[in-house]
Amino acid sequence: MNNSIEIYNLNKSFKSVKALDNLKLTVEQGGFYGLIGPDGAGKTTLMRIITGLLLPDSGDIMIGGLNPVTDYRKLRLKLGYMPGKFSLYQDLTVEENLSFFAKVFDTTIKENYHLIAPVYSQIEPFKNRRAGKLSGGMKQKLALSCALVHKPEILILDEPTTGVDAVSRREFWEMLNQIRQKGITILVSTPYMEEAVLCDKISLMFDGKIIDSGTPTEITSKFKEKIYILKTTRLREILKIARQMRELKSVNAFGQNLHLVVRDNLVGIHEIESFIKKACDYEFEIEPSQADIEDCFIDYLVS
Amino acid sequence: MRILLIILRKEFLQIFRNKMMLPIIFIMPFVQTLVLVYAATLDLQHTNITIVDLDHSQMSEKLCSKFDASSFFDVNFGQCDYDNLDKMLLTETTKAVLIIPHNFENDMRTGIKTQLQLNINAIDGQTAGLINIYVNQTILSLLKELKPFVNKTDLMVMPASIQAKPRFWYNETLNYKHFMLPGILTILISMIGIFLTSLNLVREKEMGTIEQINVTPIKKWQFLSGKLIPFWLIGLFDLALGILIGVILFDLPIEGSILSLFIFSGLYLFTAIGLGLLISDFADTQQQAMFTIFFFFLIFVLMGGVFTSVESMPVWAQYINKINPLYYFMKIIRAILLKGSGIKDMMNEFFALLVYGIIAMSVAVWQYRKTN
Repeated sequence: MNNSIEIYNLNKSFKSVKALDNLKLTVEQGGFYGLIGPDGAGKTTLMRIITGLLLPDSGDIMIGGLNPVTDYRKLRLKLGYMPGKFSLYQDLTVEENLSFFAKVFDTTIKENYHLIAPVYSQIEPFKNRRAGKLSGGMKQKLALSCALVHKPEILILDEPTTGVDAVSRREFWEMLNQIRQKGITILVSTPYMEEAVLCDKISLMFDGKIIDSGTPTEITSKFKEKIYILKTTRLREILKIARQMRELKSVNAFGQNLHLVVRDNLVGIHEIESFIKKACDYEFEIEPSQADIEDCFIDYLVS
Repeated sequence: MRILLIILRKEFLQIFRNKMMLPIIFIMPFVQTLVLVYAATLDLQHTNITIVDLDHSQMSEKLCSKFDASSFFDVNFGQCDYDNLDKMLLTETTKAVLIIPHNFENDMRTGIKTQLQLNINAIDGQTAGLINIYVNQTILSLLKELKPFVNKTDLMVMPASIQAKPRFWYNETLNYKHFMLPGILTILISMIGIFLTSLNLVREKEMGTIEQINVTPIKKWQFLSGKLIPFWLIGLFDLALGILIGVILFDLPIEGSILSLFIFSGLYLFTAIGLGLLISDFADTQQQAMFTIFFFFLIFVLMGGVFTSVESMPVWAQYINKINPLYYFMKIIRAILLKGSGIKDMMNEFFALLVYGIIAMSVAVWQYRKTN
């Protein structure tokens, strides 16, 4: 199978800050690829280089068989890009925005309606509303429609779900799934670790480097240490206590729970339980668990 | 070309929805021509003048009635109380004080040199100068009538005096409005060319929309033309509107050809738009652009000869004006409207603006690539 995105030894610095460090990334044609990482990891920089908006310092880049530095003109026809910040005309209506971006690619909304339908049909009732007056979720849908309207081969989405409510986020990922079924390669970035499992392949990014790549299960299965989930109402107090236990490699709060990672299988569930009980008499429940992407990420940062 | 039309359509859509730009385009021409031309006028009408007649002779009465008859002056008669007269000047109850001395008529008749005293409030030097001229003209008109009278009585021979009778070419009646209106129009279309163009371009940067444009097949020339052409057209439209208002309300003369006026205006707008683009290259927000333009614009306007005469500026200032596009256009628009000059007569200004425009536009377009 051909690769839609092939990047080797990519470097990019802004003054003294190294934004991308010898980065390697390959995305198969038709793939649904996620770039997972916190703010400042270099996700946006990478995407702007892929779309030809930014020039790399060095590296070999092939996007859809084209070099974004020299063949950016041809590449623009193949790429759909949705920037992290809403970048459509707020003073134009939904339909005017979409039709403008269709026309500059020499196509029409009608011609590619089948492609944008899963997304656009949801905001079509508001097509005469100014884009600036849309809600966050609807803005994202409009931006996605505009990025899709010229039938790109590769879709680049920079943190499309940041700042969008949980329901809209889920909807959005469902729409991406429908789009990828039409054969469009998708590269999406997100700071939300739980969204990683929705992609078929992911790369964990941190500090301009890719820490790990593979399918979400491949990545989590590499996690060798035992992991326990601790449920309690006294999260902060127990966190403090658990962190004193030397046999635990890391203790972190994940939402309402604590994730406890055991160092080299040194202790089991009972030892942990009794350690905490000795220190306090708050109620808690503890059970063994599987590592998720966030555990892997934190594990990398700790070691 | 197709893409350019798409962009132009989008630009006009946005301009007509922009709550800041619309009033500037459609209301400012009216406000500027109606308010500024009337307000920023130097025409003297009903200037308060106080005459202290110490002679009370036939001749002094005649002089007073001359002033009284003039529409330039509203005459008050005052007592010879210097403190009070001083106070009147200070409090601006009167603009000028004319004192006719004792023996005025007698001295005139006997050929003794006589002097009138004129005190003018000169806080505003330009107005003071005008008052001086009008007063002198009024006095001269009296002397003219005196001549035969003096000769007839043969008491003395008046020295033959040379009278320079000025004729004000190109603006016979010294109608200040005809002088101001072209200036106001220059400011108007400069604002459109520089301010609106620049703000409109920076807006795309500020809103981030440029990011989305940059991943489309739109080429740089298409994008820039699409952004600039609307303001070129709007500038010309506003000029036409302003001239129309001028002709209807102020009897603005159009001595030269409208065609050459619009050729020059098109060229000047090209230059102004180039400057607007250049400034937008270096600004990231509309606010930055505003402040930068404001700095240059004030200097351009004040030095360009809209309100004051460039010829009376010091030489170094006149050199600075060589890089002031407003100065050239100011000269051109007045020459065409009031003097009837054509392109042939203004070749220097034409080429100055052409070179200026080409340089400004090329640098701006070249710089634009870098910010991309």
